[in-house]
This record gives sequence, structure tokens and C-alpha cells, in this order.
Amino acid sequence: MNAKSFMQRMADAVLLPMVGVGIVILLWAITSATWAEALPSPLKTWEASKLYVLEPFAKRGELDQGILRFTWYSLTRVAKGYALALVMAVPLGLFLGMSKLFTKMFDPMVQVLRPVSPLAWLPLGLVLFQKPDPAATFTIAMCSMWPTVMNTALGVRSIPQDYINVARVLKLSRMKRLVKVTLPAALPYMFTGFRLSLGIAWLVIVAGEMLTGSPGVGGFLWQEYNSLIYEHLILCIITIGVVGFLLDRLMSMAETRLRVA
Amino acid sequence: MAFIEVRGVCKGYGAGAARSEVLRDIDLDIERGEIVAIVGYSGAGKTTLVSMIAGLLRPDSGTITMDGKPVTTPSPERGVVFQNYSLLPWLTVYESVALAVDQVFPERSAKERQAHVERFVAMVNLTPARNKRPSELSGGMRQRVALARALAMEPELLLLDEPLGALDALTRATLQGELARICSESGATILLITNDVDEGLLLADRIIPLGVGPAAKLGDSIAVTLARPRDKKALNHEPEFARLRGQIIADLISRGPRRRPVVAKPAAPAWVATAEVAQ
Repeated sequence: MNAKSFMQRMADAVLLPMVGVGIVILLWAITSATWAEALPSPLKTWEASKLYVLEPFAKRGELDQGILRFTWYSLTRVAKGYALALVMAVPLGLFLGMSKLFTKMFDPMVQVLRPVSPLAWLPLGLVLFQKPDPAATFTIAMCSMWPTVMNTALGVRSIPQDYINVARVLKLSRMKRLVKVTLPAALPYMFTGFRLSLGIAWLVIVAGEMLTGSPGVGGFLWQEYNSLIYEHLILCIITIGVVGFLLDRLMSMAETRLRVA
Repeated sequence: MAFIEVRGVCKGYGAGAARSEVLRDIDLDIERGEIVAIVGYSGAGKTTLVSMIAGLLRPDSGTITMDGKPVTTPSPERGVVFQNYSLLPWLTVYESVALAVDQVFPERSAKERQAHVERFVAMVNLTPARNKRPSELSGGMRQRVALARALAMEPELLLLDEPLGALDALTRATLQGELARICSESGATILLITNDVDEGLLLADRIIPLGVGPAAKLGDSIAVTLARPRDKKALNHEPEFARLRGQIIADLISRGPRRRPVVAKPAAPAWVATAEVAQ
């Protein structure tokens, strides 16, 4: 490998994205300096956010905590909702993929529930559970399960007839067939579903925390909006974006490993 | 009564005017311990016939019996080696064979089953590659895994559907000799499907030509009286070999529209094409 190609790769991986970020910050600065006076400038945003970023785990009060501490609250909430989503979605997807009868019965239902917004599920969750935390978990689960359901079903339907013939010739029991043939064959599809579901779960968290006022990145964002501290809105938006991006990377890394194996 | 009896079997795909008949009035007897080869044209319905005898497909009409019992579902008693290997990509060589062995011999102890798996992995010379997955194996090695998996079930009938069809000519020639050895070692009743007349002559006791589709029919069987073990190189100088070869090719030409048997990859049913093992 020669030096030039190394430089080239450094430019592609680091320099060019930095230039992109620089351009956006410049546009942001110009915007806040000219027609959008309410928008805090990049410098002001940094000044106001410094405390939250440099002491990321500090806890000064219920709604005044370091940004990573808030992120941690949000992530645990997402983890609960996401886990519940997978527990519901994988069996549902497997049944949809394996049984035509089941598909005819429940597929229309799935298609109707799939596009329902988190804002619509949350009040129902509050009615059902009376408390904000389980309501948020419920909302995340109801919104994020669908990609896993659809992809699991697709994965099961796409199993090559050959694999099924192997199972038939060996007369594998239902359980053994599921474990030895169906699940491994559908796993790459399922992982695509898991990744998309996690993305949605993270999207939903903000809405969930805003409406319930729970501590977390979304709750913080809403509270700072009400307290007119607009610098922190931008801090929250950046945090939400970065965390979402990292989660997606993590899942796609796991996905690639799985495909190779 | 023969061990395997196929009587008046017809099979077509589609319905109404769009229906095309693949096989018509197939009658076939196979005695226990016999090695029978069906040699025929591409797309003549050879894979369909194997699938029906295996129990994976049901004939539209006619009956198939094994040992007097009707064949209606697949069973480990009838091992199948498909042209495209049908290996599960997430299982290693050992695991592939073990899956079959554990399923067919649940009454044996874990140690006995392990020894059984090892024996069949060794029989196809894959012991050094026992922990490799199909993606790490060559085509010939994959084919041997499929063969070991089928043989390890100790089936009463072994169905070989173009077992070497997806291999290049050189690998194919090498494996033919190995297949001949393994077949005679296992002592199983074997139905071999092939489009290669020489392969049939090397392996079989009896060769049955299959006419060209649609509505293909079986011809009269031709006994292969060549002494065993047969050596591919020596056979070329055997007058009897040349005579049989000529007779079978003439028979096939008389049954088909084309000038000579086609040695290209045959057209398989749609599901076979979608199931190529991932590289």
C-alpha cells in the first residue's frame, strides 16, 4: 500500500466529512446572524451547552443533568421497548411466514396497524398502564415491531425449496425444523428487520419523552424549549442524531458479521 | 414383486389449457441391491421422476410403491442426492452429516452416532475438511458432503439426481470413479439419473433411456454386463462398452428430436434454479 492511497483514504474518511460539517456550521452561523435571530449561533450554542457536554454524567437536578446521563435514560427506555417489540415481532413474523392461513387472517391487521404514529399509541398506553414509563415502553414496542415482523415473515417465505426438501426427507420435527432450518435461513432477513426496528425505536423515544415529560434526551429537549433555552434544542438534536447513527452502525456491523458467518 | 414399483405414473404442471405433461405412463421396477441408471435428455422430467419416487412430489396418476407400501411422503428410507447439493450453508461437513444421523438413529448413543458420522465423512474423503462450511468447499467437495449425508442415513434406496451434473468435466471424471467405489461399498439399491451415457455404463447394472419431453416415456432397459470393478480408462478399450454405448445413444437419438444426447446442464424445475448454494 503506498502513501498516496493512504492519504486518499484519510481524506475520504475524515477530511471530506469535516469539510461538510464545516459548511453546515457556516450556513448555520450565517442564518442565525441574518434572518433568523431567534436561532442561537454555533458559538452561543457551544457556550450554553459546554456544561452539559464537559460534565456529561453530572446530576444537578431531575431535569438538569449531563447529556450522556440523559442519553443513558433514553437508551434504557428504548432497550425495554425494543426488547418487548422483538419478543412480540419474531413469533408473529414466523407465523406469518410459515402459515398461509395465518397470513390471510392477520396480514390486513398488520398493514393497518403498521402506519399508526407514536403520537397515537402513547395516549392509549397511558390509559392502559396509568403511568408514563410503561406507556412509553408500550409505544416504542408498538411502533418499532413492524419491520421485524415483515422481514421475519419475508425471510421465512424466502427459504429455498431445497432446504425445505432436506427437512422433509429427514422428517425433522416442527421444533427441530424451526431451530435447524427455518431460523438460520431467515436470520439475515431478520437482522435487517432488527436494524430498522431499532431505528424506529430511537425515533419514537423523543416523542414519548416529550409527551410524558420523562427525563431523557427528548424530555430535556421539550423542557428547554419551554424554558426558552434554545441552545439546548440544538444540543439535543445533535445528540439524538449521533446516537441514532451509532446504533445503526452497530447493528449493521453485527449484520455484516452474520452474513459472512 | 419388485422392491420399487412405479406403475402408470403421469405428472404435469399447470392446469387446463396451460397444462404441460412432463411424464406419461412411467413404469419402472427396481430390484433390491440393483443399481439402475436412467439416461435422458435435458428437461425430460428426470428430476420430477426422482422427486416423485422420493415422495417430495405426488404423481397426478399412477402409483409408486416401495416394498409393497405406497410412497406418499418423503422418508429417510429413501435418501436423495440432488444435483445442486442442497447443503445448509450454516452447517459444517460434520454437522450436515450429524443432522441426518441424529435424526435417523435417535436410539443410538451419542458416541455411536459420532463414530457413524466420522465413518461416512471418511468414506467420502472429507475428514480433513470436516469443520468447513459449504462456502469454503469446492463443488466436488460439496457434492461429496451431500453424498455422505445421504449414505449415512443408510437408506434402503438411494436416489442420485445428476449427482455430478453441476461439476466441471475433470472433477466429474474423478468423482465418477469414487462414486462407483462408494456405491459398491454401500451395497444400497441405487437409482441414478444422468445425462451422461458413460457415467451410466460405469455405475449401473441396467440402463433405461428416457425419451424427450413433453410427455416423456421410458424405453426398454438395457443390461450392462461389464465386469466389476469397472475402470474408466480400461473401459474405453472394451468392445462390449463401445457396443452398449452405441446401442444406448442410438436408442436416445431415435427417441428425441436432436441429433445426440445433450450433455449440458438440464433444465430443472423452477425451485431448483432459485436454490443455488451461496458462494
